[in-house]
Amino acid sequence: MALDSKQDDRTHQFKVVGTRPPRPDGIDKVTGRARFGADMTAPGMLTGRILRSPHPHARITSIDSSEAEALPGVHAVVTRADFAHAVADAATADVLDNCMAGDKALYDGHAVAAVAASSPAIARKALKLIKVDYEPLPHVTDVDAAMQPDAPALHEGRANETVPAGLSPNVVARCAFGHGDIEAGLAQADRIVERTYRTEATHQGYIEPHACLASVGPDGQADLWCCTQGHYMVRNTCAEILGMDQGQLRVTASEIGGGFGGKTTVFLEPVALMLSKKAGRPVKMVMSRSEVLRASGPTASSSVDVRIGMTKEGRITAGFAELRYQGGAYPGSPVDMGAMAAFAPYDLENVKTVGWDVVTNRPKAAAYRAPGAPMAAFAVESAIDELAKGFGLDPLEVRLKNAAREGTRASYGPTYPAIGLEATLRTARDHPHWSAPLGPNQGRGVACGFWFNFGGDTCVTLNITPDGTVTVTEGNPDIGGSRASMSMMAAEELGIPYDKVRTVIADTGTLGQNEVTDGSRVTFAVGLATIEAARAAKREMCRRAAQIWGIEEEAVVWEDGAARPAGPNAGTHPPMSLAEIAAIASNTGGPIAGHHEVNAEGAGVSFATHMVDTEVDPETGAVKILRYTVFQDAGKAVHPDYVEGQFQGGAAQGIGWALNEEYIYGADGVLQNPGFLDYRIPVASDLPMIEPVILEIPNPGHPYGVRGVGETSIVPPLAAIANAVSEAAGVRLTHLPLSPPKVLDALKSK
Amino acid sequence: MSSIHVTTTLNGDPAEFLCEAEETLLDVLRDRLGHTGAKEGCGTGDCGACSVVVDGRLVCACLMLGAEAAGRSIETVEGMAEGDKLHPLQRKFLDHAALQCGICTPGLLVAAKSLLEREPDPDEEQVRYWLAGNLCRCTGYDKIIRAVLDAAAEMREAS
Repeated sequence: MALDSKQDDRTHQFKVVGTRPPRPDGIDKVTGRARFGADMTAPGMLTGRILRSPHPHARITSIDSSEAEALPGVHAVVTRADFAHAVADAATADVLDNCMAGDKALYDGHAVAAVAASSPAIARKALKLIKVDYEPLPHVTDVDAAMQPDAPALHEGRANETVPAGLSPNVVARCAFGHGDIEAGLAQADRIVERTYRTEATHQGYIEPHACLASVGPDGQADLWCCTQGHYMVRNTCAEILGMDQGQLRVTASEIGGGFGGKTTVFLEPVALMLSKKAGRPVKMVMSRSEVLRASGPTASSSVDVRIGMTKEGRITAGFAELRYQGGAYPGSPVDMGAMAAFAPYDLENVKTVGWDVVTNRPKAAAYRAPGAPMAAFAVESAIDELAKGFGLDPLEVRLKNAAREGTRASYGPTYPAIGLEATLRTARDHPHWSAPLGPNQGRGVACGFWFNFGGDTCVTLNITPDGTVTVTEGNPDIGGSRASMSMMAAEELGIPYDKVRTVIADTGTLGQNEVTDGSRVTFAVGLATIEAARAAKREMCRRAAQIWGIEEEAVVWEDGAARPAGPNAGTHPPMSLAEIAAIASNTGGPIAGHHEVNAEGAGVSFATHMVDTEVDPETGAVKILRYTVFQDAGKAVHPDYVEGQFQGGAAQGIGWALNEEYIYGADGVLQNPGFLDYRIPVASDLPMIEPVILEIPNPGHPYGVRGVGETSIVPPLAAIANAVSEAAGVRLTHLPLSPPKVLDALKSK
Repeated sequence: MSSIHVTTTLNGDPAEFLCEAEETLLDVLRDRLGHTGAKEGCGTGDCGACSVVVDGRLVCACLMLGAEAAGRSIETVEGMAEGDKLHPLQRKFLDHAALQCGICTPGLLVAAKSLLEREPDPDEEQVRYWLAGNLCRCTGYDKIIRAVLDAAAEMREAS
C-alpha cells in the first residue's frame, strides 16, 4: 500500500480528532451500571480484612492467630510468614514488606495480619482475636528531623552508593543535576533570593478506595479483578511476590474510580491472593477511607532550599535548589523527578539541583500526578516571583525572558525539541484575566510548570469485524476518557465514523506487556499504537483489494475509509469500503486485524502557565480562589473536553494542596486526620469555574502531534496560589498549605 | 444474632431483604439488593458517593441503617432513567463531559436531581453549595456545575 501522505503529517485536516463525541463508557457511568473495584462478586466469595499496626514504629515480637483461626466462619489467616517465596528484586521486596510487615511495623496503619471470613462481621471479630506483641521503637515523621545523625533509624544499610558516608541511615539516595557555575552566576546577579520552602504530604484523594477480588485454584491458576492503573503491573508484582508464573495469573482491571498515581502499585492484591490460596475460596478486599489515608501511598512532604540570582533586567544568572523529600518508610520518594523538574522551564547558564531521598515512619509514598514536581516548582517559582516583584518587573515578562525554547539545554540534561512554554506565557499575557482589576485584600499570581511525559511498553490489537465495524483492544485502564480518544484516533486513521469503533480494555491474558496508566502516557503511547495498528489493518485491506482486483498491492491506496486504485494505471475499479472488504474477508484469506507492539518513545515534554486571583480574609486568614485560568500545551487535543477536564482537575487538586490538604501527625506518630472530614479536599463551593486554554504545539514524536496532558496541570498551582496569596497578604508565604491559622500568623507578623 | 426482615420500595419496585442490625442502607443496597450504583467513598457521610433519596429526602446511604428502610421509598441512580430514556441530568452530564472516572457520578446525579426538584431555577452558587457534600476529585467541578445548570434550563423549558 502506498501510504496516503495526507494521513501521515501533523498538518492534515482532522475529521474526528479534535471533535467532542460522547464517551463509550458514559451511559454505564451515569446509570450506575459501570462496575468499579468494589462492585465485583464471585460465587462463594469471602470477605478479607487487614489488621494494622497502631504504632508508628515497633518490632513485632510475636503474632498469635490461633483464636482467630478457631472462630467459626474464619477460613484463613495470613501473616508475613505465609509469604515464604524469596523476592529477588529489592523494590518488589519493599512492596511486599509494605503490603505485610515483616520484623517491624514501620508506620501507623502498616498491615501486620489478614483474615478471610464468611461475613464482614466475622472478619472484623477475627481481627480482634489476633494477638500481636509489639515492642514500640522511637519514630520520626519529619524529613529534616529524619536526616539528623541521631534520628531513629528505620533500616540499616539501605543507602545506595550515591550517599556520602556519615549520614543518618534514613538518607537512602542522593541525586544531582545541572550545568554551569552557580557561584559565578550568583556573582553576576543584582539580587539573590535565598529561602527554604516546605510542603506537607498530600494524598491523591481518589474517591474510590482500593478494592480487589482474588480467586486462586488448587491447580495454581488464579484470577484477580481490581481497580488499578495497571493490571499488567499488578500481575507481574503479585506473581513475583507469590512465586507464581505470570502466565498463570490473569488480572482484569475494573472501572477505576480515580488514581492520580496512587493506583500504580499494589496494597491489597498480594494479600487477597494469599488468603484465597489458603482458603480455597474467592476473597474480596475493600479498604475503608481511613485505611486509604493511613496505608496507601500519599506523596512526599518536602523541604527545599533555593538560591536564585537575577539581574535588575530580570535575567536569571544562577539557580540552585537542594531538595529533601521523605517518601515514607521505604526508599523511593520522587525527589529525583523534583530535582529534574525544578528549573526545567528555564534557559539557564548556571543551574544545579541536589535531591535527598529520606525514609520516615509514614506510609510508603506512591506516585501522585507529576510526582515530585509540584513541590519543586513551588519553591523555584516562588523565588522567581519574589525577585521579579522586588525589581518591579512583570512576573510574566521575567518568565518569558528566561523561558526554555527549542534548542534550550534543559537543566536536567536533554536539549528540547519544539516546546510550548513561550506560547503559554504569551497567551497568558494577552488574556483578559491578566489585566482585570483587583480589589482590596486580593492578589494575582502566576507560575509555570513542566512535566516529562512518558511512553513505554504498549500493545494494541485492532479487529475488523465481519460487518465492517471495528474493535480496538488495549491494555491501559481508562481513567479519564481515554477509550473515547482511542476510538477517535482509530476512526480518524481508518476514515470511518467514530461510532463504528469500540475500544475495550483487555485483561492480561489478551495482550502483551503494557506499562501502567501513568506519566501522562496513554493518549500518546496507546494512541500511537492504535494509529499504527489501524495502519497495519489498512495495509492488509489494501492487499485484499489488490488481490480482488488482480493488481499490485502498491497500486492500491486507502482514502476516506475505502481502498482505491492509486491512479489511472491501476485500473478503474470502484472503491471498496472497509465494510465491503470485511464482508468477504473469509473468501480473501480470513479475518482482518492490525496490531502494534512498541516501547513508545518521543512522548514530548509539556509546559503550562497558571494564573490565579485570590482574596485573603484579614480577620480569619481564610483564602478564597476568585478566578483561575490554565494555559497548557496539549500538542494536539484529541478530545478537547477531556483535555480541559485534565487542566481543570489538576488545578483543583493543586488548589487543595496549596490551601488545605495535609497529613497531620502528632508527637505520637499517629495520623490525626484519616478521613475526608479532616483531610478536606476542595468541594464545589470552594472553587470558581476554572478556565482552560488549550494550546497546540505539535509533538514531533506522535503521528498526530499528541502530548500527554494529565500531569503538568498540577505542577504550577502551588506556586501560583502562594504568589497570589503572598501579594494579597503583603507577606511572602513559604510553607504549604496556606491554611487560615498559617496565613493569619503571617498577617500578624507583618 | 438474628436477621431482620425488611419490606421496602426501591425505585418504585417492591423489595424485601434480610439484614443484620449493624448493616447500613448502603451495605444492603449493594450487597443484598444488587444495586451497586451507590458507592462507598468514605463510610462516614463526608463524600456523598452513596447519595440516595429516602421518602423524598437526600441522604447518605452509609449513614442510615438498612433496617430503617422498612416501609419507606428509596430512589437510587438506577431509577433515574425511564427505560432507555435518560434523565436530562444524565444526558447533560454526558454532553458536558461532567465525569472523568465516574465514581462520584451516581451520587452527584441523585443529589442534583434532588436540588432541581426543590429549586428548578438555581444559580451557580446554589448549585455549588447544594453539591458541596459530593466530592469529585477529577473534574474541579466546572463541567458538573455547567451540566446541572444546563439540565435545569432544559427541564424548565420542558415543563
